[in-house]
Amino acid sequence: MSAAAASPAASAPTGGTAGCGDLPVLRERGQREVFCGLTGIVWLHRKIQDAFFLVVGSRTCAHLLQSAAGVMIFAEPRFATAIIDERDLAGMADANEELDRVVTRLIERRPDIRMLFLVGSCPSEVIKLDLSRAAQRLSKRFSPAVRVLNYSGSGIETTFTQGEDACLAALVPEMPAEPGRARSLLVVGALAEVVEDQFLRLFAALGVGPVRFLPSRRASELPPVGEGTRYLLAQPFLGETARLLEGRGATRLAAPFPLGAEGTTAWLRASAEAWGVDAAKFDAVTAPGIARAKAALAPRRDSLAGRSVFFFPDSQLEVPLARFLARECGMRLTEIGTPYLHRQHLAEELAMLPAGVTLSEGQHVDRQLDRCRATKPDVTVCGLGLANPLEAEGMTTKWAIELVFTPIQGYEQAGDLAELFARPLARRARLMV
Amino acid sequence: MELAVWTYEGPPHVGAMRIATAMKGVHYVLHAPQGDTYADLLFTMIERRAARPPVTYTTFQARDLGGDTAELFMEAARDAYARFTPQAMLVGASCTAELIQDDPGGLARTLGLPVPVVPLELPSYQKKENWGAAETFYRLVRAFAQPRGPRAEGSAPRANILGPTALGFRHRDDIIEVKRLLALLGIEVNVVAPEGATPADLARLTEADFNVVLYPETAGVAAAFLQRQFGMPMTRTVPIGVGATRDFLREVATLAGVDAGLAEEACRLPWYSRSVDSTYLTGKRVFIFGDATHAIAAARVAAEELGFAVVGLGTYSREFAREVREAAKTHGIEALITDDYLKVEEAIATLRPELVLGTQMERHIAKRLGVPCAVISAPVHVQDFPARHSPQMGFEGANVLFDTWVHPLMMGLEEHLLGMFREDFEFADGAAPSHLGHAPKAEAPPEPVASGPATWAAEAESELRKIPFFVRGKARRNTEKFAAERGLATITIETLYDAKAHFSR
Repeated sequence: MSAAAASPAASAPTGGTAGCGDLPVLRERGQREVFCGLTGIVWLHRKIQDAFFLVVGSRTCAHLLQSAAGVMIFAEPRFATAIIDERDLAGMADANEELDRVVTRLIERRPDIRMLFLVGSCPSEVIKLDLSRAAQRLSKRFSPAVRVLNYSGSGIETTFTQGEDACLAALVPEMPAEPGRARSLLVVGALAEVVEDQFLRLFAALGVGPVRFLPSRRASELPPVGEGTRYLLAQPFLGETARLLEGRGATRLAAPFPLGAEGTTAWLRASAEAWGVDAAKFDAVTAPGIARAKAALAPRRDSLAGRSVFFFPDSQLEVPLARFLARECGMRLTEIGTPYLHRQHLAEELAMLPAGVTLSEGQHVDRQLDRCRATKPDVTVCGLGLANPLEAEGMTTKWAIELVFTPIQGYEQAGDLAELFARPLARRARLMV
Repeated sequence: MELAVWTYEGPPHVGAMRIATAMKGVHYVLHAPQGDTYADLLFTMIERRAARPPVTYTTFQARDLGGDTAELFMEAARDAYARFTPQAMLVGASCTAELIQDDPGGLARTLGLPVPVVPLELPSYQKKENWGAAETFYRLVRAFAQPRGPRAEGSAPRANILGPTALGFRHRDDIIEVKRLLALLGIEVNVVAPEGATPADLARLTEADFNVVLYPETAGVAAAFLQRQFGMPMTRTVPIGVGATRDFLREVATLAGVDAGLAEEACRLPWYSRSVDSTYLTGKRVFIFGDATHAIAAARVAAEELGFAVVGLGTYSREFAREVREAAKTHGIEALITDDYLKVEEAIATLRPELVLGTQMERHIAKRLGVPCAVISAPVHVQDFPARHSPQMGFEGANVLFDTWVHPLMMGLEEHLLGMFREDFEFADGAAPSHLGHAPKAEAPPEPVASGPATWAAEAESELRKIPFFVRGKARRNTEKFAAERGLATITIETLYDAKAHFSR
C-alpha cells in the first residue's frame, strides 16, 4: 500500500496490454492473503524422490512448512529448516560455517540424498546470505555423491506456486545438453504420476516424442535440453523456468493449459502440430478421451451451470480454471483474482474467456472481500485463511490449495476437476442442520 | 543455526496472534512479508474459528524493500483502525520485519490513533510462541489494569481466570470446568482472560480478590505482575488430575477465605482406576513429554492415579525447566529439556515405554516405533480440537484423562491371551489393540548395545519371541545389557532368564 497504490486511481481498471485481449485488469496493492513459495516444497519433495529441501530461514519458515504439510511431515519428510538464530545475526557465528555444519549433519543423517536444495527465505534474503555461493561450495565438497543447488522461496519474491518455478529454474542449468538438433518434447511442471502416465500414452499414440518431464521423478535423471527441444507448459506459473529453457535453445509450444476436455485437446494439439500429426489421426487418438471427459462432466455440469464463481488469488491456476468452469461447466464468472498474470503464457487462455469478466492481479484482501460479499457468488474459491470465515457468513467456498495437490489435468480428470467445485454446493444442499 | 525437522513452538508473533484472536476488541497490525498470513489457517482450520483472526499484515514484498516500508506499515495501521475500529491495537514485527527495523511501535505513535496502541517487542531469533503469548498478555494487562477500587462489604469472593488463549489445547472446555470448581466454593468469576475478554475487561481485573492461573506458560508473567503491582495473590496448582484438583480447591478456598469442606463433585477416575479391570495397568512404563504444565500434571496422574511407572518426563518449555526437573526427581528420573524432536525420538527409542503421553509429534514417533500413544499437550492438530466436551481440568477432566490414556492400550484379557498362545492366525503377535483396528506393526529393529554386543543363540532368540510384543523391546535391551556387563559372547535361554531374574529384583 504505497501512497500511489492507495489512491483511488489504483483501484480503477487499467487498460490491458498486448496479449491480454480487451480484458481490463484491476491491479491492487494491500494485504495479500497468500502462501509464500516455500510451500512448493510440500509437493516437490514428494515429486523429486532423491532430493532434499533445506530451508535457510527462521522459526516462522519451519512453522509454515509443518502447518502447511499437516500430518504428512511425519513420514520421514525430505525437508527441514536451518533456523537462523541471533548468533548468526550478530555475526558471532559465521553463517557460512554454520550452514556447512548443518548440511554436513544432514547429509550424514540422510546418505540417500542425491540433490540438496538450499531454499532461500525472507530472512536469508534480507540479510543477504549468499546461498548460491554456499551451494557451489557445498557442491564441490560433496561431489559427486550430492549436488547442491539453491533457489528462493521467500514470500518477498515468490507467491505459492512460484516456488516451483524457482525450483525448476534452478534445475534448468543442470539439465544435460541434447546432442545435435534431435527433436524432443519436454512437459514442464510437476504433475501427478498418474497424469504423466496418461499423457505419455497419448503422446505415444500420436507419435509425438521422445517425451520427457521436468521435474523428473529423480533429480539424478534430469531430461536433456537443446535446440530441438519443444516444450509444453503443464502449469501456468512457470515464467522463469520457461525463460531459462529458451536460453538453452528450447522452443515453447503455445497452448492453453490441459484442464478440461477442451484445454487438454488444445494442449495436445500444439504438440501434434509441431510433430506434423495429421488431423484424422489426432481426432482418432483424442476422441475416446474427449468422449469420456464429456460423459464424466455431464452430471456435474447440471449442478454447476448458471452458478457464479469468484476467485481469490492463490496459485495462478485461476485463469485456466475459470476458463474451464465457464466453457465446459457453464458457470458464470465474476472476478478472477490471480497473484500474477503472465500475459504471454496465458494469451490462449485469456482469448477463450467470456466477455464481462473482471480480472484482478495482486490483492487488497479487505477490499476484495468487500467486492466478493457484494457479488454474492455461488462458489468462492479462496485460501484456507478465508474459507471457514466465509462459510460462516453463509457463502459456499472451495479451498484453492486442493487444486494444486489433486490430479486435475487431462481427460480422465476432467470430471474430478468439476466435482471439486460441485461438491461444496452438493454438501450445502444436503446438510439439514 | 539449528537443524529443525519439526518445531514444537511457532515464532513469538504467533503467540501474540493467539492473544489477539482470543480477545475481543483488539486488533493486531503485524509488519510481515507476504506469505506470513499462513498463520491465519491455524485459527480458521485447526481451531475452526468462524471469523478471520483480527490481524492485518503489511505483507511487504521485495520491491517494497527499496521503498518506504515504514510508510507501508503506517498505511496498514491507519486502514486497519478505520476498518475495524478496535478498542486497542497491538503493533509488532515478524522475524523478517525485525531485521529491517522499522519500529512499528514508534511509527504507530506518530499516527495519533484515538485508541491505546500497545507495541510488542518479540525477539524472533531468540524466543518462541509461548513466550510471545505471555509477553503480549503481560503488555496488555500492564497497559489496561487499573488500581483496585474499594470492595463492597460482604460481597462474595471473586477470582479471575487467566491463561486460556486461542489455539490452546482444550482451553475452551477447561474454562467451563474451572468455573464449576469455583462455583462449588461459592467464588464468583470476575474476568476470564485473554479468551473472550476486551481491553475494558482487563481494566477491571483488579476487582477480583485473586487470580487463578490455568496456564503458567501464557499467564504466569501477567499474574506475577498483578501480584507485584496490585497485591493480587495467584494460584500455583493447575487442576489437572483428581489429586491436583483437590489441591487446587484447597488452595483456592484458602485464597478466598472459604471452607473447602464439601466442595467435591463425583469423579469416576478413582473408582475406574481401582476396579480390578485396571489392575493390569500397574507399572505400565510411560514416557511423558509436552509443555511443562501438562507434562508435570500428567506425570502425577500417571503415577498416583493410574499406577503407571513414569520412565521418562520432559518438556520443550525451557522457561519452566526447573519445575520439570523437580517433578522428574520425584519420579526418580532425569528430565529431558529439549525442543529437538530428534532427541525426543531418541529418548523414546532408548527407554522403550509401553505408552507415550505427548504432543502431536510424539504421536508419530510412537507410530513409527509401534508404541501406543495419547496426546496430552500442544502442539496438536485438528483432531484435538474436538466437537465434544473434552476438558483436561477438574473432575470431568480426570474422567477424560482416564478414557484417553487407557484407550490406546491392549485390553487385559487380550494381553493375557497373547502371552499364552502365540500362534493364532488372526490374533497375531504385535497386532495393535484389536479395538483400534490398525494393521500389525513391524517390530522396531533391535538397537546395538555399545560395548561388544553378544550374539543371540537361535533358541534364545525364539524364546525372546514368546515374550509379549509390547515388553519384548525392553526384555531384549535388558538381556543384552546383562550380557554385556558380564562379558558374555552368546546369549542363551539361560542368559535371558538370568537377566529377567536380575532385573525383576
